[in-house]
Amino acid sequence: MKYLDEYRDAAAAEKLRKAIERVTTREWTLMEVCGGQTHSIVKFGIDELLPDKIELVHGPGCPVCVTPLELIDKAVMIASRDDTIFCSFGDMLRVPGSEKDLLMVKANGGDVRIVYSPLDAVTIARENPAKQVVFFAVGFETTAPANAMAVHQAKQFGVGNFSILVSHVLVPPAMEAVLSSPQNRVQGFLAAGHVCTVMGYTEYEPIAKRYKVPIVVTGFEPVDILQGVLMCVTQLEEGRCDVENQYSRSVRREGNLPAQDLLSKVFRIVPRKWRGVGEIPRSGLGLTREYEDFDAETRFAVAAYTAEEPAECISGLILQGIKKPYECPAFGTRCTPEHPFGATMVSNEGACAAYYQYRRHLVRQKVA
Amino acid sequence: MCLAVPGKLVSIDGSDTAFRTGRANFGGIVKQINLSYVPEAKLGDYILVHVGFALSVIEEEEAAKVFTYLEEMGELGELQEIPV
Repeated sequence: MKYLDEYRDAAAAEKLRKAIERVTTREWTLMEVCGGQTHSIVKFGIDELLPDKIELVHGPGCPVCVTPLELIDKAVMIASRDDTIFCSFGDMLRVPGSEKDLLMVKANGGDVRIVYSPLDAVTIARENPAKQVVFFAVGFETTAPANAMAVHQAKQFGVGNFSILVSHVLVPPAMEAVLSSPQNRVQGFLAAGHVCTVMGYTEYEPIAKRYKVPIVVTGFEPVDILQGVLMCVTQLEEGRCDVENQYSRSVRREGNLPAQDLLSKVFRIVPRKWRGVGEIPRSGLGLTREYEDFDAETRFAVAAYTAEEPAECISGLILQGIKKPYECPAFGTRCTPEHPFGATMVSNEGACAAYYQYRRHLVRQKVA
Repeated sequence: MCLAVPGKLVSIDGSDTAFRTGRANFGGIVKQINLSYVPEAKLGDYILVHVGFALSVIEEEEAAKVFTYLEEMGELGELQEIPV
């Protein structure tokens, strides 16, 4: 496919690898923010291609992984009601709640449906006026415009039986949380290309300056990621800390303005709890007053519910780049994609699932 | 979750740019796409699509930059490898 295949070209990747080798003189630790990039890196073995001096640590950019336990429980409570059709992206169905996941609700007769787009959930609501239809609005800035449009259309067309369970998180506050942690090792970032397609990258400029870290907006294919690493390492070697844009075929500095316009109408910035990390101020989105009638937490009276995270899962440390999946005693033994302890083992983009799928030899080494 | 796929815009329905939809071809699979956020998109453009929404129009010139850079770098690399 055009704009995918050429960015998987082996000769181009090899040229970039050599260039990285040439510019690297010291040890550097970079974090790729987005779970999609983590998946590409582990799948294509990009981390193993890089010089030993460069370490890639995997960031918190998997919305499925950072959704807190209590929100999964709330989803399970709502989905278990007889009067409800609960719609979600497929990867949320197997994330474990305190007692069950959404797939178990479905197996027990609950009407849980996987949809491709939040607009499909609005259509289901129009076709089923006697039912309450709830969409699990999970995601980063990339997904927020789609979810905003679903709520906006529901309001416009008077689809009163539609609501959303909001679990929207924002990337820049998470990067700041990583950088301000006393255990932080990250010296440069590959920022998430699709998040920046929506938001642009002006909000990263003060972060780069304040924490003295280079930030390179990067795409998702091997050639993109290698070029992002090259640009980031070049900055580090030259002592610069600028925001640069590797993914310029899609990202403009100001981002997508029509999308930002609707986002600011439908959503407002709120504090959010991140699984394994805790609450981060101003790190998520909630509905504005104009759209608050569409908030499923209020409609089904689950807003006050809280739950404690399980102690054994170290996904919080993995999401902050402090530990690697194979350093967890449960990894690949008691915790597998079939029986996950935490969301990082469930989602395709979760670091634990990516290592389980492509780096099983690390488990074998650990056992031996 | 933030996966977005490039597809070629093969038809556009509606003229009001705020409510446009269209069909995009992803290597043989054609899907209905919401075009509200890409008022600039026209037939034949490649759009980047996430959960049924086009988020950007791919800029051909920008897309070629990495390969131009690699070509230039290739020449530079060969020069550096000449034994003294």
